[in-house]
Amino acid sequence: MFFIKMKRVIVSGYRNFTRSGFTSMASILIMTITLFVITSLIFIQAALNSSLDDIKEKVDVTVYFVPNTGDSSIQNIEDALRKLPEVRDISYTSQEEALTEFKEKHSGDYLTLQALDELDENPLGASLNIKAKDPSQYESIVKYFENDGALSEQDVTTIDKIDYHQNKIVIERLTSIINGARKLGFAVSLILVLISLVITFSTIRLIIYMSREEINVMKLVGAGEGYIRGPFIVSGALVGIVASIATILIFIPVSIWLGNQMTDFVGINLYTYYKSNFLQLFIIMLGSGISIGVISSIFAIHRYLRK
Amino acid sequence: MIYFNDVTKKYSNSVSLEDINISITQGEFVAIVGHSGAGKTTLTKLILAEEKPTKGTVFFESTDVHKLSSKHLTDFRRKVGVVFQDFRLLANKTAYENIAFAMEAVEKDDNDIFQDVPHVLELVDLTSKAHLFPHQLSGGEKQRLAIARAIITQPNLIIADEPTGNLDPINTSEVVNLLKKINDLGTTIILTTHNRSVVDQIKKRVITLENGRVIRDDKDGKYML
Repeated sequence: MFFIKMKRVIVSGYRNFTRSGFTSMASILIMTITLFVITSLIFIQAALNSSLDDIKEKVDVTVYFVPNTGDSSIQNIEDALRKLPEVRDISYTSQEEALTEFKEKHSGDYLTLQALDELDENPLGASLNIKAKDPSQYESIVKYFENDGALSEQDVTTIDKIDYHQNKIVIERLTSIINGARKLGFAVSLILVLISLVITFSTIRLIIYMSREEINVMKLVGAGEGYIRGPFIVSGALVGIVASIATILIFIPVSIWLGNQMTDFVGINLYTYYKSNFLQLFIIMLGSGISIGVISSIFAIHRYLRK
Repeated sequence: MIYFNDVTKKYSNSVSLEDINISITQGEFVAIVGHSGAGKTTLTKLILAEEKPTKGTVFFESTDVHKLSSKHLTDFRRKVGVVFQDFRLLANKTAYENIAFAMEAVEKDDNDIFQDVPHVLELVDLTSKAHLFPHQLSGGEKQRLAIARAIITQPNLIIADEPTGNLDPINTSEVVNLLKKINDLGTTIILTTHNRSVVDQIKKRVITLENGRVIRDDKDGKYML
């Protein structure tokens, strides 16, 4: 009997969906708008994250050593830094490399190069370039050098300077901008999603409200609650499925356009992003569509099922 | 079969039924007559437990219908067929599906549905309209369809609330004959009406309501108002 009932509920839900043309269209339209908003927000988050990653990549801290510091001493410090959980990457620049870089940088500046030639030895020190996992962590990495006892006294004397203090204000500003953008993006997304959810919910509720007389008749004919509720849930799920397919199709031209026009502005090619995350995005849309449809139907019909 | 014991029903400030004591036995055909607002529809709603009485009890056989849980209420309603003045058909379903729905609701299997629905459609003379939706049927056809839906589950009782209210005299007479035929087969029928010719055509028990009270209860009644 269970399977017969399931079959009847699904057939009946499908018929309701196809026969109530206008109301089904209306709920598909509203649901598509909701899914469009959700997908747009995923795109915006992706673009925002990629810009923020770009910015983060540009922030770093360099530790300059006194010229002629022994390799082993630098190695010690590098090893110690690698053990810090905040550190993502360290790159070492030797004294010679620093000189070559300096010369390249000032290749048009004869005066400086001549002055450099006058010197007998390389005046530049080796350096370690440190990248943190998060911009807010530079402060604690730098503190590590200042902490008494963290480095041996001998090691401390080898450090010429750390450029964090010059960059501190810029780094702090960037950190706060990044965090602010994150929070704002999240809050705006949440509000937009909530608004579209409320609209979809109300639309489905209105459509079920129009069927309240029918629900009453079904009750009087002796239909059980599950048998009355079932077809409405099936219709709600169908609305979600059709709307998610519509949304995924709409986003193909939209993402091509965004990819052609906005790649420089947002930092990533959204068409490429869409293609490489297609399955994942489709599952998100299908999942949200079906669950919004089903949950709103359950809530909406609940009040008409009570006696 | 049905017992009203001292039933009073009040809406926020008006009294719809007062001190009703009626008993209806199995196989009877009872016409409940009265002007609009006399309380006829309220009486049927009380039997179906669509409304609760303010005072008193309504029994169907040995159960108080207003004390049933929602599960048992569903079971109870399956024993009662209902026909309304405004037909109350399911607009999204064809004539065939409207009848089949009533059978599906009581969990009949597909074979029974394939056998019984065409049979009942024939009984109410709607075989050729089986695939039409309610809005494609005339008033008389809709009411015959509603009756078909009410009898398909072979209920013990049929409640017909003003079933001829929206019909012309020819269709009215057809519907009444159909109900009489069903009654002859042993089903109890309660019919409300304010149509004199309907009552006179039935020639069975008549209960007359006025201002919420029973003023007459005649075994071989005629319309007297």
